[in-house]
Amino acid sequence: MAYLDHAATTPMLPQALDAYVRTALALGNASSLHGSGRTARRTVEEARERISEALGAKPGEVIFTGSGTEADNLAVKGVHWARRAEGRNLVVTTAIEHHAVADAVAWLGDHERADVAELPVDKLGRVDTAVLAELLDTRGDEITVLTCMWANNEVGTLQPVAEIAALAEARGVPVHTDAIQAVGHVPVDFAASGAAALALSGHKLGGPTGTGALLLRRDVKAVPLLHGGGQEREIRSGTLDVPGIAALAEAVDHAVRTRETESQRLALLRDGLVAGVRELVPEAIYNGDPDSRLPGNAHFSFPGCEGDALLMLLDAAGVECATGSACSAGIAQPSHVLLAMGAGPDDARSSLRFTLGWSTTKADVDALLAAVPEAVRRAKTAGLS
Amino acid sequence: MSGGVDSAVAAARAVEAGHDVTGVHLALSKNPQTYRTGARGCCTIEDSRDARRAADVIGIPFYVWDMAERFHEDVVEDFYAEYANGRTPNPCLRCNEKIKFAAVLDRAMALGFDAVATGHYARKGEDGLLRRAVDPGKDQSYVLAVLTPAQLAHSLFPLGDTPKDQVRAEAETRGLAVARKPDSHDICFIADGDTAGFLKNRLGAAQGEIVDAATGEVLGSHDGAHQFTVGQRHGLGLKRPAADGRPRYVLSITPVDNRVRVGPREALRVDRIRTGAPVWLAPERTGSFDAEVQLRAHGEVYPALVTADGHGLTARLRKPAFGVAAGQALVVYDPDAADGDAVLASGTIDEAGTVEAGTVETGTVETGTVETGTVETDTAETGPEAFGSAEATGVVTTGSDGSGPAVNGAAATGAGRSAAAVDRRTMSTPGSARV
Repeated sequence: MAYLDHAATTPMLPQALDAYVRTALALGNASSLHGSGRTARRTVEEARERISEALGAKPGEVIFTGSGTEADNLAVKGVHWARRAEGRNLVVTTAIEHHAVADAVAWLGDHERADVAELPVDKLGRVDTAVLAELLDTRGDEITVLTCMWANNEVGTLQPVAEIAALAEARGVPVHTDAIQAVGHVPVDFAASGAAALALSGHKLGGPTGTGALLLRRDVKAVPLLHGGGQEREIRSGTLDVPGIAALAEAVDHAVRTRETESQRLALLRDGLVAGVRELVPEAIYNGDPDSRLPGNAHFSFPGCEGDALLMLLDAAGVECATGSACSAGIAQPSHVLLAMGAGPDDARSSLRFTLGWSTTKADVDALLAAVPEAVRRAKTAGLS
Repeated sequence: MSGGVDSAVAAARAVEAGHDVTGVHLALSKNPQTYRTGARGCCTIEDSRDARRAADVIGIPFYVWDMAERFHEDVVEDFYAEYANGRTPNPCLRCNEKIKFAAVLDRAMALGFDAVATGHYARKGEDGLLRRAVDPGKDQSYVLAVLTPAQLAHSLFPLGDTPKDQVRAEAETRGLAVARKPDSHDICFIADGDTAGFLKNRLGAAQGEIVDAATGEVLGSHDGAHQFTVGQRHGLGLKRPAADGRPRYVLSITPVDNRVRVGPREALRVDRIRTGAPVWLAPERTGSFDAEVQLRAHGEVYPALVTADGHGLTARLRKPAFGVAAGQALVVYDPDAADGDAVLASGTIDEAGTVEAGTVETGTVETGTVETGTVETDTAETGPEAFGSAEATGVVTTGSDGSGPAVNGAAATGAGRSAAAVDRRTMSTPGSARV
């Protein structure tokens, strides 16, 4: 089986799994005052330090959460609530955010009466900073929080986060960035980015599912989503998941330390995949920014084919990938990212995402290339129903 | 796989028969919440989850196929249009004709599958003919009688030889959690079961008269003729009783003047039925032949002389039927007690009348000429039991090249309103009426 869906989840790194198992056997609530508690707390704090060091943050800026989605929600809702005031009720987002951000923003609009502005993207899926500059000029004082992802989860395009943060900084607007696809895959330096908040997720970089973190600058206030024991600067209550946190730190540390060589390896494999698909299916459209993108991401539209049909055929042939579209009851919707990039609804429904990760080898890419022609031929016969 | 027990067992049986099976759940609404919710529906997230769990237990791949657009165009829009024309459609039948054994089958074949298997209760004989299921109470050959021989050749009905209670027991034995899930009977795309409200939403309310068909006297009013079905007795809201004190029934609905005509049950009597262009499931016949006909899902069966011409079928019933609604299907069976009655052909009913009076459209039934019948009973049923049972699935089996996965289509359906007024006390029911 060839697994080419690492952006959905990537296997745990052996050292992260080791750290998890080792820590899970230890006793102790990190909030307890006795010896076992102190040992657990020490594990947490060491993990905090490792993560902050790997990502250019201060230890006190690391808030552990139960998922990337939670980190995104905490940043978007929490900062909005904290800064909401008379004449300041505008949330600025982009057209290509992951649902963890997009739906949190939509909820603020629908249920909290926030105003919402959405920044458009160009054909490559890159946020238009000129539109942002204009918005900041005209409505800068109204903005509670601005959110823009670091790298798009579907088409892999990297976003000008530092440029956006600099523009926003001039108007005193805090920027949150969803870096869930970016951390461990491209250089991420929290302090240098100028962002006020940054979300990451464990299982996208070799850590356990159910772990995440929000990097939050100390001068930025956020109203908590969860109330309880007051853990994590009272911003995120809940007993700390010590083994999860230890494994997360192990994974972040490893991914960041090996990033440069690993991303070169992945980019090479990815480029081979892209060249192979283009040769076998000349009409395939390579989506996203061809240069400034995640190293392990290849995203195509296959005209005349339905993404769902392709996925099923490849699945049957032992190749696992994603359509990159959201589902409710499994019903594929045209990708909002591709629509925002100007693709027609048909192209937006005919897309497939192949994502590579630390366990990917050339054999996986070869398996895909072996299966693609027949899958495309059959899917084309079935057409767009 | 609808998420119901029938499709789950059908899929399991297809696997056991040696096919390479893939489970498919049909998403029939872009927004699943707008269709029926709860355990009895077929289009909900919950049903999708039940179907997925059944596929897990059976050990087959599972996918959701989005058929929402096609379903809306071919089934829901047709449903509205038929009612707007004063007819009573059967959406299950339309769904089988246009979705499960057309759109789904076509897609499956293109993707490399060989067949669609469903949880319908029907048999396919060695001769390739569609035959009634062994369980007369569950037989669904009526709603499958729109399949062409080509479609039938790529269809499997693994449950046709088994009574429903055994299918449930088998599901239990196989560890399928849906074993005790209740049957669904209602129309799957009408979330709250309120067909009249569903139609009014789209077709609007329009005040019209309810008149005595014989005298033309205005007896009452209604706010939308689409709420009525030929043969309907209840819900007319008439304040004055008929002169003879006997119940009055809907005899005809004419959308043009938005008028509903009512009269005594005897006026519903028909013995000559005419359809539109037929579908032949068996080799086409010409001229006249003796057969049995069925006029609605789970309805009465009538011996008849059937005449086929290029434009339709004409059935002369050997005993009268009551309250036959245009829009339902007339299905012609060749009786066969041993292997199950075989479906020969079907056609959508356009007209029903009496031989003496000549053919009259159901839309404009002339009551004055109809003899008073001797049959009586409380009849017209529009309750759930009048609908076809709502489960079906598809399973498509491996390509002959041995490489393709297999698919399994599925969905569930409710069936349409039926209007045939059937007298169960005075007519024999050779294995077809549901009581």
